[in-house]
Amino acid sequence: MSEIGQTTIPPISGRRRRTDSTMRGLLLLATLIALVPLVLVIYYLLYKGLSSWSSSFFTTDPNGEFFGNPGGVRSAILGTLEIVALATLISVPIGIGVALYLTEYGKQSWFANLVRYFIDVMTGVPSIVFGLFIYIVLVLGKVGGTGFAGWKGSVALALLMLPIVTRSSEVVLLLVPGSLREAALALGAPRWRVVTRIVLPTARTGLVTGSLLAIARGMGETAPLLFTTAGAFAVTANLNQQMNALPLQIYNDILSPRAVVVSRAWGAALTLVALVLILNLVARAVSRRSSMA
Amino acid sequence: MQVGLTALAAGILLLLAYFFIRLIGESTDALSKFGLSFVFGNDWDVSRLTFHGAPLLFGTIVTSVIALIIGVPIAVATALFLTELCPRRARGPLSMLVDLLAAVPSVVYGLWGVFVLIPRLLPAEKWVASTFSFIPFIGGQVSGPNYFIAGLILAIMILPIVSAISREVIATVPSEHKEAALALGATRWEMIRMSVLPYARPGITGGAMLGLGRAIGETIAVVLVIGDAPVIGHSIFSQGYSLAAVIANEFGEAAATPIHSSALFAAGLVLFVLTLIVNIFARWFVARGLRNQRDNDATGVTVAAEPAGDAA
Repeated sequence: MSEIGQTTIPPISGRRRRTDSTMRGLLLLATLIALVPLVLVIYYLLYKGLSSWSSSFFTTDPNGEFFGNPGGVRSAILGTLEIVALATLISVPIGIGVALYLTEYGKQSWFANLVRYFIDVMTGVPSIVFGLFIYIVLVLGKVGGTGFAGWKGSVALALLMLPIVTRSSEVVLLLVPGSLREAALALGAPRWRVVTRIVLPTARTGLVTGSLLAIARGMGETAPLLFTTAGAFAVTANLNQQMNALPLQIYNDILSPRAVVVSRAWGAALTLVALVLILNLVARAVSRRSSMA
Repeated sequence: MQVGLTALAAGILLLLAYFFIRLIGESTDALSKFGLSFVFGNDWDVSRLTFHGAPLLFGTIVTSVIALIIGVPIAVATALFLTELCPRRARGPLSMLVDLLAAVPSVVYGLWGVFVLIPRLLPAEKWVASTFSFIPFIGGQVSGPNYFIAGLILAIMILPIVSAISREVIATVPSEHKEAALALGATRWEMIRMSVLPYARPGITGGAMLGLGRAIGETIAVVLVIGDAPVIGHSIFSQGYSLAAVIANEFGEAAATPIHSSALFAAGLVLFVLTLIVNIFARWFVARGLRNQRDNDATGVTVAAEPAGDAA
């Protein structure tokens, strides 16, 4: 022991020190490079999108005319809000329900693990495939009397949002202390009351965060809507007809040769990104306020 | 309530199975007509109703590989910087900014790609193509929309997910391993190379594969910047097509021709199966990483316990 104490540690050689600082510099550089696209995208959205924002941009509907004023994006904003609201109504209760099954009842049984595995697989399924599923089952079959319809887009988005809700909810529900459940059970509460009165209220903020992130994800999706709601100029608030939505509007406008229409695409993109970013920031703010996160 | 929730979970599984069977059903026309050449034949011609999808598969693979080559090193470097080097106070905001890359919708990346990336990068691509033309798959004609632009945008899109998973995995590296390396006189980088990376490798591989799954299935951003030409390009700067892009682009016109729409459904089926395989491998890697971790923890405990036992 005393021998080790007496040896002096040789200084780190110049070569090793240079490698160290080079690699540290490269890691910092890579991080900065990773942020370049974000800065550029936001810069161009503001630079090209803000100029097309005006009061009429939000209050007029897009028209299909080849000349003159192409109109605004009112129907697209309304469509996006309606479709995503319905998708949320479908996916959040089911998603949280499945998560409750996994944490409160299924736990580590083989069936619960199977469900968990397929929920994981669902997160990896491309959004366009969900669009195809709904197209085959609901649009080709003309379920509800019409082919393309807003509510079918909601179903496709709900399929996409469901695994996000379930996975985030499961994580939060597992954080609810077991002692709380046991205390309630010991007082004689039946299982379902423990779930509705103890587990869900305790996990509330976390469940809200997960749902908001899922909504933000669903809001920006284009591909599932392409096969289910279609129609860029459909001006309707009726979910049983073809509907417009912000991503569809942008996708159609990009392909236009007219500068005014392309400028509307930038304005619509800025609107969409603003909505999605606000949802993301709200979700983060909620989770920060939560005592459990 | 237990019965209801179990039925709900079972219902989801049955629904998935039903969708899958219906997709196979809609694809059978094209698959039985073209057989294996639907996947491996190089001739996608709508006017002759000939659907051999090798150009699509080729485009999907090339763009995804470009995305991985560009995206994964940057994502892992970002994760290493944020977890090991970054000052504590900057860590939260920087991680949030990287995560926000995932919040930008794909159609917005497409818009940005079409009107900013394609025109701005064209001179640089031309310079690279003429200067390094001796490298295979680099030289030759440069078109505006091409594989490389699509791969670049995919790299940006997979970066946040690969980075987030890598950060998670790197955070599980036991601090004893890192401290041991530092105590032996390792520099920060040597500590990362010798303690952090070997430990986190399976998890990072899994994260990269999840990113690959994302890249394979991405549709809207790719369809806008890949050129939508059903050919196998000669270089990474050629126009091409991808499985997801062909479905989105030809879907409208195909509705009138049963064999065409069946071919698009079959393309969707190939895409689905491809992402399924990639995802299953990814999960397997991540699970293996976690199991390694548990084993390591277990051996760590026994090693720590042994000297104490000897002393007693």
